Amino acid sequence: MKTLGQFPSADPSRPFGGCYVSELLIPVLTEVEQAFLQYKEQPDFQNELSTLLKEFAGRPTPITEMKHLSKELGCKIILKREDLLHGGAHKTNNVLGQALLAKRMRKKELIAETGAGQHGVATAMAGALFGIPVKIFMGAKDIERQHPNVERMKLFGAEVISVNSGSQSLKDAINDALRYWTAHSATTYYVFGTVAGPHPFPSLVAHFQRVIGDEARVQCLERYGKLPHTICACVGGGSNAIGIFKAFIDDSDVRLIGVEPAGEGIATGKHGAALGEGRPGSLHGSYSYCLQDADGQILEAQSISAGLDYPGVGPEHSFLKDSGRAQYISVTDDQAVAAFLTLTKKEGIIPALESAHAIAAAEKIAPTLTKEDILLINLSGRGDKDIDHVLRTLRNHA
Amino acid sequence: MHKNPYALALSKKKRPLFVPFTVLGDPDKKTSLEIVRTLVESGADALELGFPFSDPPADGPVIQAADLRALTSGIRINDCFAMLKEIRTFTDIPIGLLVYYNLILQRGVEKFYHDCKNSGVDSVLVADLPLEHSSEVLSAAKAHSIAPVFLVSDVTSDERLQKISQIAQGYLYIVSYLGVTGATSAQPHEKLHALITRTRKFTDLPLIVGFGISTPEHVRAAVGAGADGVIVGSRIVREIPDQKAIQEISCELQHGFVSPNLS
Repeated sequence: MKTLGQFPSADPSRPFGGCYVSELLIPVLTEVEQAFLQYKEQPDFQNELSTLLKEFAGRPTPITEMKHLSKELGCKIILKREDLLHGGAHKTNNVLGQALLAKRMRKKELIAETGAGQHGVATAMAGALFGIPVKIFMGAKDIERQHPNVERMKLFGAEVISVNSGSQSLKDAINDALRYWTAHSATTYYVFGTVAGPHPFPSLVAHFQRVIGDEARVQCLERYGKLPHTICACVGGGSNAIGIFKAFIDDSDVRLIGVEPAGEGIATGKHGAALGEGRPGSLHGSYSYCLQDADGQILEAQSISAGLDYPGVGPEHSFLKDSGRAQYISVTDDQAVAAFLTLTKKEGIIPALESAHAIAAAEKIAPTLTKEDILLINLSGRGDKDIDHVLRTLRNHA
Repeated sequence: MHKNPYALALSKKKRPLFVPFTVLGDPDKKTSLEIVRTLVESGADALELGFPFSDPPADGPVIQAADLRALTSGIRINDCFAMLKEIRTFTDIPIGLLVYYNLILQRGVEKFYHDCKNSGVDSVLVADLPLEHSSEVLSAAKAHSIAPVFLVSDVTSDERLQKISQIAQGYLYIVSYLGVTGATSAQPHEKLHALITRTRKFTDLPLIVGFGISTPEHVRAAVGAGADGVIVGSRIVREIPDQKAIQEISCELQHGFVSPNLS
């Protein structure tokens, strides 16, 4: 390994990130790191990726001003429209980058974990595009609540492997994908879906996702002649948030706010607020905030949104939290569903339940802004996959 | 400097070591202690004991299920240390731990190794801690005379093998195939032989082979490839809580130490 991809923490002897994996995975992670360092600045690679992002995925995605919400909340609410990206969410940015890397590395198979199914869909889509076989590891519980995405993955020709261990959701899907990769690393590339996991994934995924913020920064300046006052994005593993934050980190007067899932309420213990309620520990190869008991056993997260249902978080978020550069708040299932309905009925956009957390947070954030201030929200995905689940939830509440 | 207990066991035994593995607290504290006693009485030359962890990506489904049973029964890390002390009252064979890093981290690295020493532990293998991150654990292990054990496999480069050999003590855990614990397909004998021969160039430590050892033939193949011992986990854990079956499997596997030509 050239570096360990570490981010400063409050304890200088124990930075966030790193590569806490079995010795058996070190060779392939080193191989991925080297390929990433070799290709990321190479013109051929960059051209191929930017052509794909433009002509296959539909970049750049627009920013859209929310007329109704802006009036109601008393500031300019602008959405970055990753819901319009091919595949239906920001995951496509990362997957296209990593699939190209896998091709350069001459790997014969792609594997991926998925929670909400968006990353699985994006990987299955890339597999179809490049003609590479794909295996998707997905928790049995998530297969049930994200059925439309399961069907999409299968249509693209991917094999969906149901994970029945542990909490049967995202964290166990990652465990099983890591197990498979350990046994098949010679021929298989693991398309990691978020900015968590062992080095080099947090840096690599952030690199491919930062296009979101790079575009949004230019778009805001062009359209409004100024930068946003505040940027807000939902955080599960945290890839869409890092993607939009990254371009603004040096703009020290732009406030960055991550929104974690409060599930049924922080007080109930049934939530996924790793940064808000967890403490640093080692999970899935990196040292970062996670939900755990006193012994260090990892706790199960809970959220209505499968994509945020994760007890850990990317190490760069831990760094941004502890350094004070970003703040992290949380939003309950009920608040997210209400925001889902508001955006649908009042603005004509069906957001993913994950992204609905960021919309719901706008209500909490807006009172600190003036009428002319821009609140930029990353609408990380569209909500078609969630319609059944939301309708069922509403019926059960009625 | 104390003598290496694994090397001592090897010279006393005059044949490769039989090292059964079980998860502490599986399926509960009382039964788990009985199982460990059964393993000792069935000819264990050393014990490899796992601390249950909620998210064990280096282990296969059998060990993961064992971890979950132990945790569901309410086992805490304090209980694991208490069990180790109790095990020390009925056996003096080497005891190695297999743990995941977060359990060490949350207890405090220094305290963890202190507690290991106090509970009669000889070695600790941290399943998800590669060389790059091991310095803090190494100094704590050294301070408390606990042998740090490392995994090596077919994909471990000579450069890493050399570094690992310089810091490892007790024994080296030779991974017989790439993957997680518990697969039962036939051993890649030639690769294992090559790995052991390559590793031998760098170290005099006992080389103990684990992952997927589930039949006397596997044991024989490992010994034939030059192993100083075998670690058997999933094959035994699968029989829990049937102690008669555990005893039978243990005896059967040890037949693998006897060359079929001589018997």
